[in-house]
Amino acid sequence: MSPLEMHADAAYARVDLLNLVSMVEPGSRVLDVGCGDGSLLRLLAEKRGVDARGIELSQSGVNLCVAKGLSVIQGDADTDLVYYPDGSFDYVILSQTLQAMRQPRLVMEHMLRIGRRAIVSFPNFGHWKIRLQLLTTGRMPVTKNLSYSWYETPNIHFCTINDFIALADEMGAVIEQASALDRFGRPVEMTLPRRMWNLFGEQAVFVLSGQ
Amino acid sequence: MTRRQVADPDKRNEAIEPSSLVAHFGANEPLALESGEILAPWAIAYQAYGALNADKSNAILLCHALTGDQHVANTNPVTGKSGWWETMVGSGKPYDTDRFFIICANVLGSCLGTTGPASLDPATGKPYALHFPVVTIRDMVNAQAKLVDRLGIDTLFCVAGGSMGGMQVLEWAASHSSRVFSAMPIATAAKHTAQNIAFHEVGRQAVMADPDWHSGRYLDEGTRPEKGLAVARMAAHITYLSEQALHRKFGRNLQERAAPTFSFDADFEVESYLRYQGRAFVERFDANSYLFLTRAMDYFDLAKEHDGVLARAFAGSKTRFCVVSFTSDWLFPTRDSRAIVHALNAAGASVSFVEIETDKGHDAFLLDMPELLETTRGFIDSAARARGLTVPARRAEP
Repeated sequence: MSPLEMHADAAYARVDLLNLVSMVEPGSRVLDVGCGDGSLLRLLAEKRGVDARGIELSQSGVNLCVAKGLSVIQGDADTDLVYYPDGSFDYVILSQTLQAMRQPRLVMEHMLRIGRRAIVSFPNFGHWKIRLQLLTTGRMPVTKNLSYSWYETPNIHFCTINDFIALADEMGAVIEQASALDRFGRPVEMTLPRRMWNLFGEQAVFVLSGQ
Repeated sequence: MTRRQVADPDKRNEAIEPSSLVAHFGANEPLALESGEILAPWAIAYQAYGALNADKSNAILLCHALTGDQHVANTNPVTGKSGWWETMVGSGKPYDTDRFFIICANVLGSCLGTTGPASLDPATGKPYALHFPVVTIRDMVNAQAKLVDRLGIDTLFCVAGGSMGGMQVLEWAASHSSRVFSAMPIATAAKHTAQNIAFHEVGRQAVMADPDWHSGRYLDEGTRPEKGLAVARMAAHITYLSEQALHRKFGRNLQERAAPTFSFDADFEVESYLRYQGRAFVERFDANSYLFLTRAMDYFDLAKEHDGVLARAFAGSKTRFCVVSFTSDWLFPTRDSRAIVHALNAAGASVSFVEIETDKGHDAFLLDMPELLETTRGFIDSAARARGLTVPARRAEP
């Protein structure tokens, strides 16, 4: 699932990608897990001059990436990360894909093993609109950005920002940087304390490192 | 079947007098083989398409498969059919002859003009037959490297090929890394599996069981082990397809008859098809070459040359790789390609990998597969940009 498929609104997706790009040091080695059509990798290569690599499940995505001159492997993050050597990347990025993993924790453990840092962005299921929808309708929330019904969604492991922080703590990962975006793609940390992010952040980005 | 005499006397003997370009290497330019034997003199026959640019940076070497040849994009002089990769090679094609200088050489041990068992042994004046030394994939690649030297080319822009051709691509990338800017191993493996060795052994035994083989001296005897070679080809041909493809093409259809004949005639279309494939093959291929080339594939194990660790074969490689496999290929299944990809990853090499969905089996790499064309075009164009070569404006930016 690529960010572009997740978000109908391409401009919104673009803000999300640029936010990720800003977190990556120039000239570093980056692995994008679930890189879709290669939009993020291409931005990283253009704006940060990184050595950009990717993994993508769909053949169409891989073809688009290869045509852009990106080094992308057709593969499944749930099963293929195990083949990457320790510390072979500066950053391993999982953009809007964590919730679609069969084993999110295992994937994050591999990311922290393979990369010096892991960057994870995900939709926040604790956002007030989602809570309100569940409370008022009593049915699984469907929003503009999360438009699937429960029975067909590829997003099988939703979490909230607080859930993610708890998992990072449990794994002993260090949160080096964090950011939450509102529904317009603006960072909420400008106006709100971190304890409020879980209510008002539509999505979050965390930069983690192992201990 | 009556015993057929050696090839049509009017037909040119392509093994000895190829209608290709030939690079000759004299007694003073021997080829040292992996077995320890020395081959001299020797020759390598090749076809070339397009033009080499001034700084010699646009050369692509295409490596052919087991029973392929150098006639990649021209009418084959033996069969009269079109070249084996005309879908991929030509003006405006992914391997674009308008932009690249494309070379394809007949492999060492084959029978289309490069030295092989059907070539004349200078010591005896007769065909080498089984006196030809056993050659390996590495030997084939070393022979190609000497041809590339002779053409004055230092670094190849790309080395590409499928199946046994893919093995050569991997060997090039491993043992001549600095001379390979980009590499496309397609439908291949870094080692031949036990099952694949087993199939090859069936084929070889079929050839050797034919009395017309005469312990390999059939050319001296004026015979050809056609039945044995045809059986070998029939068995091998099944491995190039998939069950779905056979079912789709033939099912249980009967061949031009309404009911079974209760005999061993080719009642089924699939039987008739295989018999045709066998007959067509013996018309164009030398039986001893088949033995030698299948052996070369059997011996291929790239990791073994590097202490059993495939990643070491590619350590420090600056080559850009694009690995391609096909979902229904059970001869060189996707897991073999993944093993290559994992090794390249572990070595930190630049690698892309595409698994193409098709029911056409191993032969898919030779067919008109839109996804293969697209992937190749994308990879080659992006590599060309990285190499500073011109890319047509219409797809300068994907």
